[in-house]
Parts: sequence; C-alpha cells; structure tokens
Amino acid sequence: MTKINTNSTLVTVTGVDKVFKRGSEEIHVLGGLDLEIPDGEFLALMGPSGSGKSTLLNLVGGLDRPSEGKVEIGGKRIDKLSDRKLAAWRARHVGLVFQFYNLMPVLTAQKNVELPLLLTKLSRAERKKRAAIALDIVGLSHRTGHYPRQMSGGEQQRTGIARAIVTDPTLLLCDEPTGDLDRKSGDEILDLLQALNQEQGKTIIMVTHDIHAAARATRTLYLNKGQLSTEAVD
Amino acid sequence: MKYFYLVFSSLKRKKLRTLLTVLSIMVAFVLFGYLTAIRQAFDAGVEVAGADRLIVRHKVSIIQLLPESYEDKIERLEGVDNAAHSTWFGGIYQEPRNFFAQMPMEPEELFDMFPEYIISDEQKAAWLETRSGALVGRGLAERFDWKVGDRIPINATIWTKKGGGRTWEFDIVAIYDGVEKGTDTSQFFFRYDFFDETRAGGTGQVGWFSVRVNDPDRAAEVAAAIDAEFANSAFETKTEPEGAFIQGFANQIGNIGFIIMSIMSAVFFTILLVAGNTMAYAVRERTGELAVLKAIGFTDRGVLGLVLGESLALTLVGGAIGLGLAWMLVSMGDPTDGSFPVFYIPFSSIFLGFALIALMAFIAGILPALQAQRLQIADALRR
Ligand SMILES: Nc1ncnc2c1ncn2[C@@H]1O[C@H](COP(=O)(O)OP(=O)(O)OP(=O)(O)O)[C@@H](O)[C@H]1O
Ligand SMILES: [Mg+2]
Repeated sequence: MTKINTNSTLVTVTGVDKVFKRGSEEIHVLGGLDLEIPDGEFLALMGPSGSGKSTLLNLVGGLDRPSEGKVEIGGKRIDKLSDRKLAAWRARHVGLVFQFYNLMPVLTAQKNVELPLLLTKLSRAERKKRAAIALDIVGLSHRTGHYPRQMSGGEQQRTGIARAIVTDPTLLLCDEPTGDLDRKSGDEILDLLQALNQEQGKTIIMVTHDIHAAARATRTLYLNKGQLSTEAVD
Repeated sequence: MKYFYLVFSSLKRKKLRTLLTVLSIMVAFVLFGYLTAIRQAFDAGVEVAGADRLIVRHKVSIIQLLPESYEDKIERLEGVDNAAHSTWFGGIYQEPRNFFAQMPMEPEELFDMFPEYIISDEQKAAWLETRSGALVGRGLAERFDWKVGDRIPINATIWTKKGGGRTWEFDIVAIYDGVEKGTDTSQFFFRYDFFDETRAGGTGQVGWFSVRVNDPDRAAEVAAAIDAEFANSAFETKTEPEGAFIQGFANQIGNIGFIIMSIMSAVFFTILLVAGNTMAYAVRERTGELAVLKAIGFTDRGVLGLVLGESLALTLVGGAIGLGLAWMLVSMGDPTDGSFPVFYIPFSSIFLGFALIALMAFIAGILPALQAQRLQIADALRR
C-alpha cells in the first residue's frame, strides 16, 4: 500500500484562533493562524513551551474546536461537525501518539491496540488479526500478551504507535513522542515514524522540542506568539 | 458484547477496592434475600388466607372462649356457607423451643373449610376413624421426623385432662400437604370430640370459628350480621377477614414488615454510598484514560455507557452472589428451627432483587458517568 506523495493538500487551517479564559482574562493562543499540509508530509512542529503546539495539534485532530477560523481535513470542515460525528471522524481518520503513551494499564498490548477497532464493524477475529499486524509493524510481535507495566518506555511507545496506526488513519498526530524516552529508544521511534511516512505514505505531524527529532521530518515549522514561521525565533 | 472485557478489566484496576465493594454489595443482598424469606414467613398466612373466610372470635380477646353452639347459629345466618371451630391447645412437645400450633378441630369439617390441605383418601379414612388421631402438616412431620403410626406425647399448658393428667398422647394417622408453596404445613390437628371428652374443664367451649361466606364481596356485611347476632349476649363476638386475623396474630410480635423494611433501607442506603464512592473514585482516577478513549473516537454517550456498565458489573457480581448465598442459606432451614409455617424466597423477590441490583448500579454510577460524558478531551489530557 505504498502511497505516492501527490502533494495534494490534506490539511488546511485558516485564520484559526483559540481563546482560553483564565479567570476574567482571555488568552489568545493562536492569533489567526494559517497552515497547509500536503498529503504525505512529515511535519515537525517546534516552538517554546506554552506557544500552543499541542493546542494546534488538538484542533487538527478534532480533539478541540477553534474559537475562530476553519479547520479542513481532506476537504471537510471538521470544526463544524457535531460532537458525535466528530468522534466518528476521529475514529476513522486520526491516529494519536502521546508523550506518556497513555495506554490502558489493565489491558495487554494486544488489547490496547485493538481498542480503536472496537468502534469499527470488524469481527473479533479480524480485530485480532489487524492488531497483530500493527504490533508486528512496530516490532512487538513477541510482546502481545504483556501489560504496559511489563514493558520499557520505548516498547510502550511502540505499542502506542501500533494503536495509532491500526485503523489505517489519514493523519498521524504525535505530541512529543520521544519526549519521555532516552536517545536510543527515541531514535527507534523516529525510525518507525519515518518508515511509516516513507513506506506507507502516512501524513504525520509531530510536535517536538528536539532538533534531532525534527531533522527526521520533511519540513519543520516553528510556532511562536501564535504565528508559524520556517525559522526559529529566539 | 465486545466492550465486555473493557468493562471487566477496569474492575481489575484496584482489585482490593473492587473486592471490598463487591463484598459489601453481596452482604446487602444476602440480607435482602434472607429477610425477605423471614418476612414471607410472617406474611404467608395473610397472603394465602381465604378471601371467602371470616374469623369469629370473642370480642374482648382471642384467648377468651365461645360456646360451641354458636356454630349452628352462625350457619343459619344469611350469606354463610359453612362454619367450623378451632381451639388453641398450646401444648409443648418435649421442650418449649419446639413450638408449633396444635388445634382440636371437627374432623369432617376440616377438609370442607380448608381445601388447601390435601391428604390421601386412605389417610382421611384413618383420621375419621381414630379418636386419638392426629393430622400433621408435611413440614412439621419432616421437622421432627414423624411418620404415620408414631405416638406423640404433648404436654398441656392450658388443658389438663380429667383426673389431672397433663400428658396427651396422639397417634399420627395422616400427613397433609399444601396446595401451594405458601400453605402452612406446620400445624398439628387433632379431633375435637376426643378433646372435649378428655379435657377437665371448659367443656362445650371453643376458641374461634372459621366462617365461609357464599359471596366474598359481601363478606363485610356477613361479618356485621354475625356480630349483631351475638351483641348483648354473654359472649359477644368480633368478626374479621381471615387475612386481617392472621396479620393481627403476627403483629403481636411487632410490625415485622416495617422492621424488616427499615433494616433493608438502612443497609441499602449504606451500600449505595459505598458503591457510589467506588464509582466516583474509579472515574476520577482515570480522567486521562477516559479522555484517551474519547480521543480515539469513543463518543460521549459511549463513555457514559462504559461507566454505567462498570457500575452494573460491580453490583451484578456482588448482588448475584449475594442472592445465591441467601438462597442457599434459606434452603438450609429457618432460623427458628422450624417454627415458621413456611420459609423460602419467593420467585418475585428474586426478580425484585435483580431490579434492585440494576437500580443500585444506576444510582451509584450515574453521576460519575455523566462526569465522564462531559469530560473535555483537551482539558483532561493536560492534567
Ligand atoms: N484548557 C486550557 N485552559 C486554559 N489555558 C490553556 C488550556 N489549554 C492550553 N492553555 C494555555 O494555552 C497555551 C498553549 O498551551 P499548549 O499546551 O498548546 O502549549 P505547548 O506549546 O504545547 O507547550 P508545551 O511545549 O509545554 O507542551 C498555554 O499558555 C496554556 O497555558
Ligand atoms: Mg504541548
């Protein structure tokens, strides 16, 4: 299933702002931000802490709604969807990888990876098979019966990636996926993401503080004071 | 049920807490089942009381006697189908704790008046032939392992024999069964003719009359007519429906139904707090995980369902085990060692038990479930 980078636009963010209320004070995190991401891109998002990287990622992933502006994914206005439709859209189109893995501690790796498939119409056997394939892709076929606490951080994160790709989503969103890992495990995760991008054509947005990590991406953008730029501003 | 393991695996999270909660719920339902059986034992007589039967007793109190001759007078009144008398014997078999009711009855009238007692034709014939014969309920016979042909000595506390003896001896000639589960088979009947000629005092006097009316809808009218008939006589009467009479009898010990309801309410309220507390913590501890489920694509409603499902799993496991244990305990015998006329958990109460389980699951789980439903992903993931 190798997808050729067709350079058609997958993500279009236009004039987006997100306002948070802290007491009576309003904080504008993203000041009318624009962003286009072509299909098949591996985008690294950098910027100082508190600049709004996670906020932007949440808007693109449909985990939150903008206070202003439009978010279009594959030509669809997701900020206008009802909660219910948005949840279904996320299940279908978004794979999420978190800094702290966010696996269910009471489920085995296999069951954790099967979790998103519960929302599909797939049979039990089919779910099992797909989860096994996803775990194989991330190199964890030998760990399927293990619980998160029985795995290293790197293995947990690979399980997290397996869970994110098991539904074959359109977009893979990673918020500091190597932020909690040592160099070696982090590199393995980056190898994996890079392979997913290059071999399977997955579009990836990765938030990171690490220039080494960003170097693996096809493009790097810096977020500062609510605006994106191609250059780091100090 | 593909979400089944998801619900159950979340109960494994805090095993000790889950275990303790399940145990408390279990205890509540053991109590529910057991107390229901006790209550049923007291209510059984009332429930199966003949709707067409009245009880005529002395106006002052049940222990005062009435003349046997009232039977004919009652039967002559309009609306009365038949009347038969009974008397409280109040004897002791071996020791006072072996309590059961003994009553001298009119041997033939018995079956006409109380069709709920069933015996074989053969035994009926023996009962009609044997003056010292006793007719005992199946439950009573099993309690003391009595068989037809056994001779049973009963020590009188009220009725001494002519010549001063206190030990009455009866020959068991028949054992009756009940038409339904609730029928009282704990009684010991013997013959009035034998009783009347053997007792030292009180000849010609009986305890109360059972009266069957032609039309149950007019029972109140007939009752009034009976009391009017004997008004201003030396023995004034009070007539009431059999159910009310039995209820009054049971209420001598106290309002059992009320006492049991009070205990149950207190227990369930406490357990509800325990279960509610468990669910509240279960949700609060995993806001992150619930947010991840939503991020993955679970709907708000779906997460609500998961939490309610978890609450149901918790109460269902505890409740079902509790009801099962109660069933076992109850089938092992009643706490008075056989003095209850009946002792079982009615099917309707098992059903009610499961309804309570569902209700408890809902009440304990609904607030945490709504909290989970309202959870905003982005907020929850930041915590
Ligand atoms: N739910 C919220 N309520 C109030 N303020 C919020 C909320 N979410 C984000 N913020 C604020 O918005 C700003 C951007 O937050 P965000 O998490 O997007 O930053 P970030 O770039 O991801 O930072 P980091 O690198 O530390 O993860 C911060 O000032 C944060 O305090
Ligand atoms: Mg962040």
